[in-house]
Amino acid sequence: METEARTVDLNLCGLALGDYKGAPSTLCPGCGHNAISAQVQNAVWELGLPPERYVKISGIGCSSKSPNYFLNRSFGFNGLHGRMPTLATGACFADASIHILGFSGDGDTASIGMGHFKHVIRRNVPMTYIIENNGCYGLTKGQFSATSDLGLVLKHQGVNMLPPLDMCMEALISGATFVARAYSGDAKQLKELIKAAISQRGIAIIDVISPCVTFNNKDDALQSYTWGRDNEAPLHDFKHFSNKEDLDAADFEPGTYREIKMQDGTYMVLKKIEKDYDPTDRSAALDLLTESYKNKYFATGLIYFSEATATIQELYDLPEEPLNRISSDRLRPTKNMLTEINRSLY
Amino acid sequence: MIEASKISYEGDEPIVNEFCITICTVNGSGSATANNILYRTLFHLGIPTSGKNIFPSNIKGLPTWFVIRASEKGHTGRQLHDDIVVAMNQATFEKDMEYLPKGGVVFYADHLKMPDTPREDLIYYPMPIKDLMKNAEVPRKLQAFMENMLFVGIVSQVLGIPLEALNSTIYSHFSSKPTVAESNFSMVKNGFVYAAENLVKKDRFFVKRLPPLTDYILTDGNNAGGLGSLFGGVQFCSWYPITPATSLVEAMIDQVDLLRIDPVTGKKTCVILQVEDELAAIGAAVGAGWGGLRSMTATSGPGISLMTENIGLAYFTETPVVVWNVQRVGPSTGLPTRTAQGDLSMHYYLGHGDTSHIILIPGTVTECFEFGWRSLDLAERFQTPIFVLSDLDLGMNQWITKKFVYPDQPIDRGRIIWEEELEEFKDWGRYKDIEGDGIPYRTVMGNQSPKAAYFTRGTGHNEYGRYSEDPENWSRMLLRIEKKLQVAVPLLPAPVFRRSKSEEVEIGIIGMGSTEDALRETQDILAEMGIPVDYMRIRALPTNPAVREFIASHSRNYVLELNRDGQLCEILKLEISEYSQKLISLSDIGGMPMTAKWAVESIINMERKEGKRGN
Repeated sequence: METEARTVDLNLCGLALGDYKGAPSTLCPGCGHNAISAQVQNAVWELGLPPERYVKISGIGCSSKSPNYFLNRSFGFNGLHGRMPTLATGACFADASIHILGFSGDGDTASIGMGHFKHVIRRNVPMTYIIENNGCYGLTKGQFSATSDLGLVLKHQGVNMLPPLDMCMEALISGATFVARAYSGDAKQLKELIKAAISQRGIAIIDVISPCVTFNNKDDALQSYTWGRDNEAPLHDFKHFSNKEDLDAADFEPGTYREIKMQDGTYMVLKKIEKDYDPTDRSAALDLLTESYKNKYFATGLIYFSEATATIQELYDLPEEPLNRISSDRLRPTKNMLTEINRSLY
Repeated sequence: MIEASKISYEGDEPIVNEFCITICTVNGSGSATANNILYRTLFHLGIPTSGKNIFPSNIKGLPTWFVIRASEKGHTGRQLHDDIVVAMNQATFEKDMEYLPKGGVVFYADHLKMPDTPREDLIYYPMPIKDLMKNAEVPRKLQAFMENMLFVGIVSQVLGIPLEALNSTIYSHFSSKPTVAESNFSMVKNGFVYAAENLVKKDRFFVKRLPPLTDYILTDGNNAGGLGSLFGGVQFCSWYPITPATSLVEAMIDQVDLLRIDPVTGKKTCVILQVEDELAAIGAAVGAGWGGLRSMTATSGPGISLMTENIGLAYFTETPVVVWNVQRVGPSTGLPTRTAQGDLSMHYYLGHGDTSHIILIPGTVTECFEFGWRSLDLAERFQTPIFVLSDLDLGMNQWITKKFVYPDQPIDRGRIIWEEELEEFKDWGRYKDIEGDGIPYRTVMGNQSPKAAYFTRGTGHNEYGRYSEDPENWSRMLLRIEKKLQVAVPLLPAPVFRRSKSEEVEIGIIGMGSTEDALRETQDILAEMGIPVDYMRIRALPTNPAVREFIASHSRNYVLELNRDGQLCEILKLEISEYSQKLISLSDIGGMPMTAKWAVESIINMERKEGKRGN
């Protein structure tokens, strides 16, 4: 066997990309969400931890079905419409060494779950929160969502009379410290953003514009493949490196890039494309989002980053050992403590 | 309203240790401590005592009443009339006196204006609160508190409560603040001395010291439920404030840092997290339960309405979680500060589709403690939501109760399996009924075995958690879950019985929850009237076989409860349909705790109607 040439690449923990696969997708052929699934699989594999170190939590909708299509060996919970962030809030205390990947859509997050979206950011629940944003309701067959463009025409709906919400703006003003926008047609950038998001301390939001080929893919629709292909304007050439050695090995030309060290010791590298854009400047991020909303400017990449303060998990003084593995005898107060309580209530 | 003036006290002897005092104040005026001192002192004197706070949904300025019932016989349920009124609120003064029988007693702040034609059949004791305050040097912000301490002294002196008993209660109440204790006690003493020098005893009520109640404590059900949960090893509690459940979680917040320090690492083993709404409270609790934490939330009716979809998810994904409902009066916002048992039916079948649940119903404060830890064991053992149905009366009012008993069995984590145990299974599936009792083995996140993970979903799934729309599979899953709940029945708290001393007993009375004291008193009163009844209190659903036997063995079973439609009676009629003719519903609504008087009269009326027995 030893002489046989290795035909499969293995990652740091010795696993092949195939070890990170899921069930075959049942979404429509060509669905933007399938591209996201592929990049989650790639990103997690490249980061080199086994799939057992992740859990996938989702709400309801096409987006929320997608976690079934990658990371078979990770626990998954396909919960209720809009409530994904609440499940994640409870689950994050079970085992702090497990990274939570949250999947949601524009119906799930921007409408029914908007309150939870804001509050999960406010709590800084340590997780990667991916919005698979196609500007419509897919699983109920083509209704407007809260991110549908003003004036969008859908077959059974007529004309959308209400302005869309910008989920990156919502994330930013809620206090998120990692806010990115991606396009499911731009696989390379999406994968790198997912890797960086997973490396962020606390919550990281990626709003992925992801075309719905069945209900919202007309050429002039903001969430269509055509629009994305013709208009996507990456803010920078974005890469994530797990360590300094890999970064040095990439051998970028000095002065052409900016490196940002993340709190977990990994690195983000931003190479300038056209304009200078500083994702660590919150005012610049607000300006960018205001501008792109107004002028339908499809800027993608890392929109905002800052070092995060404590996650909700870290605010509690919990043991290092996973809370869900603490033996039962350590959970029950002593008999003496109860005697003392009884005494105090006499 | 009752016509209290038509009630007359028997005989002309002193009435010792059997009376009800209602203290009438304005809410936010700082009377809680004074009330507390008075009833706790009675308890310290060995007299069974309860304290009920009848309060408005308001913070300051509206009438509020604190009702102390002292009963040597142990009858501490609500009583319809008062024996003694302490009047501190002009707005309700006249009305408050209507609850007094002839010979009833009025202690009144003498700055209140008397009605134009005061009742002549009452005994009045004026309390010169303002004058006494003038002579005391009290900081302005403490004035209201201290005024209330004066009535404690005056009332105590007239009833014969010894000053040293008040002293010891006050010093234990303010044990960490001796100077506060001192100033409070000096006001109580001022009132006491005033009464001794100026008031002549005219009424018949006396307090006499009894042997100490050493097996008992005085507390409320929410404190007990919160402590019970901490002793049950709860690891996660997410919640959203709502009356009357809030104080349950606040009791946990108060004690968690003392009680839940890991003996090995010195770190904390329980997370309590207030979230944005009840949807998030249950969502996070389900997420934690799914993640392998002992998990709970506490709320009241409106919160349950919001939590319903998630309860269905937990039921169908077989995720353990404990949900306390400290019931208040519905529908809608209803009467948020009053009590009821109106959520029972809703809970039993909570959720859309084919659902049914396990419900625990504590009837005493000490049972709130016990069901606090037991519910967490049951949730993990049966991998399902467990409801604990308390109510405002039990949860927020003060009760004399048996001391909390340390759990007599170790924490039960149910069938959680980790890496090594998983290896022993040839063909494990998350929803596979390996033992034949409907209860599967479960893995939780963090398990590093490549075989451990599964995809949890609220949609149709097979034994391995894989999506399935197959009709046969669906029915198999639903029937297995139903089986699991039936398997649980023998492990749920069995009904408790209080049998009549008579041999031939035709009548059974059935109750649940906070009506316990009222129904024991009802049984005693009926026995004195020559109507022997057996009493059964149901403590869990689905019903225990002993419930059927009890109903079968009586000709008529009165089911007494605090809701309009007789929800417990309806459930019993459904589940024990062959004896449905033996079940008679008696319902009391209005938001107040049940009284023995109402129960006795209702039973006698029905007995007359039945033409079988009268009095």
